[in-house]
Amino acid sequence: MVVVVAVGGAAGALLRYGASRLWRNGSDAHAVWRVGEAAFPWTTLVVNVVGCFLMGVLTVALKERFIHAPRLLNPFLGTGVLGGFTTFSSYTDDTRRLLENDQAGAALGYLVLTVVAALAGVVLGVALARAVLTRPARPAAGPGRTA
Amino acid sequence: MGEWLLVLAGGAIGAPARYLVGEAARRNLPSTFHWGTFLANMTASLILGFLVEAGTGGALGATGQALLSVGFCGALSTWSTFSSELHSMASALRVAQAAGYLLATVALGLALSFTGAAVARTLW
Repeated sequence: MVVVVAVGGAAGALLRYGASRLWRNGSDAHAVWRVGEAAFPWTTLVVNVVGCFLMGVLTVALKERFIHAPRLLNPFLGTGVLGGFTTFSSYTDDTRRLLENDQAGAALGYLVLTVVAALAGVVLGVALARAVLTRPARPAAGPGRTA
Repeated sequence: MGEWLLVLAGGAIGAPARYLVGEAARRNLPSTFHWGTFLANMTASLILGFLVEAGTGGALGATGQALLSVGFCGALSTWSTFSSELHSMASALRVAQAAGYLLATVALGLALSFTGAAVARTLW
């Protein structure tokens, strides 16, 4: 189990690193050492929100649709890949850096926007997965429709 | 190329570390609170604050940054499991509990990031 999570975590971390190399901004690890104004960490924000959306989809897929899927899928994809992809420590540290750079407005905006967007991401992922993956009860099976 | 391998290695340690913290918490701590995710996120916030400030002070090179900051701390902490837990708490109509979990995690995580950075500043 630990090995499965490790493989997933490595993959997730690489995906996150790839995203930070593609879109360099305040969340880029190298920009961290720079002094002066910090850029708004859009990449970390987007990575976290996308990861939350996919977590919502995964939860519904494994708990409500593919309930007989291999039991290793949840630790691999959920705990490993998505857990390794998303990051909370960068979120708190990005916020700290913005605050220390006297960018309190950006810090507060980032703090709140991440929370709202991450939760919206999960809700949307769950709703979308339910709509697409789980079939509604057949009308014919309902009471009063059998005649 | 080297940095990718370092991130990979850090991620391969950080994610199972979070998993093991979760398993240990499930066995030893009350199940009324998501201790595993909470402790993993708090630990990672503290360490990353320290590492980033150590990097600014020149005490941590690009190798350590990729391995420990991006790889290990990034994979030890998580937003996806955290928000999924918040969602299931809110779905079970435990809204006050979810709000408390959210506030405690964000506030303490931020405080620990400042703490880690302050410790690094006293050293370098």
